[in-house]
Amino acid sequence: MASPPASRAVVETDAAVSPVVVVGGATKVFRGTHALDGVSCTILPGQFVAIVGKSGAGKTTLLRCLACAITLTGGSIRFGEQDVGALRGRALRRHRARVGMIYQQFNLVKRLRVIDNVLVGRLAHLGRRGRWLALARHFDPREQAVALRCLDHVGLLDRVWQRTDTLSGGEQQRVAIAKILAQQPEVILADEPIASLDISNGTLVLDTLRRTASRAGLTVIATLHHIDVARRYADRIIGLRDGRVVFDGTPAQMNETAMLDIFGELPADYLTASVGRRAAS
Amino acid sequence: MSTPLGAAISTAPSPPPLESHAARRTLTVVLSAVVLAVAARIIEMRPLELVRDAGNIALFLRGYLHPSFAHLPEYAWQCVVTVCIALWGTVLAVAVAVPLGVLGARNTSPHVVVYVLARRVMDVLRAVNEFVFALMFVTAVGLGPFAGMLALGLHTGGVLGKLLSETVESIDPGQVEGVVAAGAGRLHVIAFGVVPQVLPNFISYVLLRFESDIRSASVIGMIGGGGIGFYLWDTIRGFRDGEAATVIMLIVAMVMVVDVVSSRIRRAAI
Repeated sequence: MASPPASRAVVETDAAVSPVVVVGGATKVFRGTHALDGVSCTILPGQFVAIVGKSGAGKTTLLRCLACAITLTGGSIRFGEQDVGALRGRALRRHRARVGMIYQQFNLVKRLRVIDNVLVGRLAHLGRRGRWLALARHFDPREQAVALRCLDHVGLLDRVWQRTDTLSGGEQQRVAIAKILAQQPEVILADEPIASLDISNGTLVLDTLRRTASRAGLTVIATLHHIDVARRYADRIIGLRDGRVVFDGTPAQMNETAMLDIFGELPADYLTASVGRRAAS
Repeated sequence: MSTPLGAAISTAPSPPPLESHAARRTLTVVLSAVVLAVAARIIEMRPLELVRDAGNIALFLRGYLHPSFAHLPEYAWQCVVTVCIALWGTVLAVAVAVPLGVLGARNTSPHVVVYVLARRVMDVLRAVNEFVFALMFVTAVGLGPFAGMLALGLHTGGVLGKLLSETVESIDPGQVEGVVAAGAGRLHVIAFGVVPQVLPNFISYVLLRFESDIRSASVIGMIGGGGIGFYLWDTIRGFRDGEAATVIMLIVAMVMVVDVVSSRIRRAAI
């Protein structure tokens, strides 16, 4: 409890053998179209996995299924030993607390102060008395201290009492990371975390995310539409096309053939990236 | 490329064919005129009589030019009673509106049956005028300000509940999703995801309805609901024109003061 990231790291190294997430033949049909068509993958603890693909390839659908925001038409998703398809009510809430979500639009409550948004991450960890007090947005000093440490970790301690909508987009996304940190999840799901940010803020956010995740031994699954960004940050890239996995490997294995499989053409940032690399070498 | 901007583009799609706008407009005007004319006949509207009988009206109003201040302290006290009726009526209304508004909003209601029930209860509360409620409560708890306050509270509760539910339904779902995703329970989702988004608007609605409740409370005494309304009715019916003038002046002053104060608070709240 003293330091959430450190204590988590110890737990994760002990359990490093068994996979965190197992997706088995996941299928999702929207009005006759297969958004996901038999997606299978096994994700190990501590991995930073990037899901890439064109618009409509099923990236966001896969992430929303992992987050239990929508249910699968077929197949299964397991977190550890838990099949998440059957979760309802309290069990579903407990599962959500174990999965941290980061959204393209940040999804922080704009009119709340920064610290209140971080404390939202603590809601699932409160005792009976704490839960009642939290209804009046009152948290005991220990919870506040956790929130402050998490904000310090993302470098926003000086913004703690400000209203969240007075922060820039990049700062809000870092507040979202602090909230996730306070939530102490096992897996972070990030849906286009930097798509509404400029390049320098996006880099700062992904650096913060990777630093946070590696220090706490967290698994990150992120959809990223810039292949260059995915190559730079991920340990593993899963390429989707028309709801199917067409590539699953390390950034180093991502060559032009794989690129053509995923995108049907070479994306502009792949070309600039390889030209840049060639020029550098 | 040196094509001038004004040059015609042969490939541009032609605009969709115009419907008979003129005919439809004429029909609308004619129909409206017919409806208004029929309605005027039904309510026996004879504007000319207003001009012809202007003398009578002047005679009637002459008595009001000499207000009598004999009972001023009593009337002033009754204005205080009126403000108190409106104040507690609005408090009761908020207590009624918050649960109904949350249960009657599609995105926060636990179940569709609860949603429909809450909606229907609010419909009934709104449909029944505060005066009708006042007549019922006078029978139940006797003549006096308490009956008036209950009547105002129930009717306004329905109105505020409806406004609250519409506000809750129009909030940004993303901000709520961010709280749900943290594993928060239903009440916490409302406290953290919904309340901050609806609070400024709701405060504004409550104050607007408080202003409206002051106006209702100032006449609800006519049917035994307490406050200045009884004296308004008594002096007008008793042809004590001077005193009626005083009462009317007091009511106007009271409404003006409350409106100014309330709009100040409203601006500060947003």
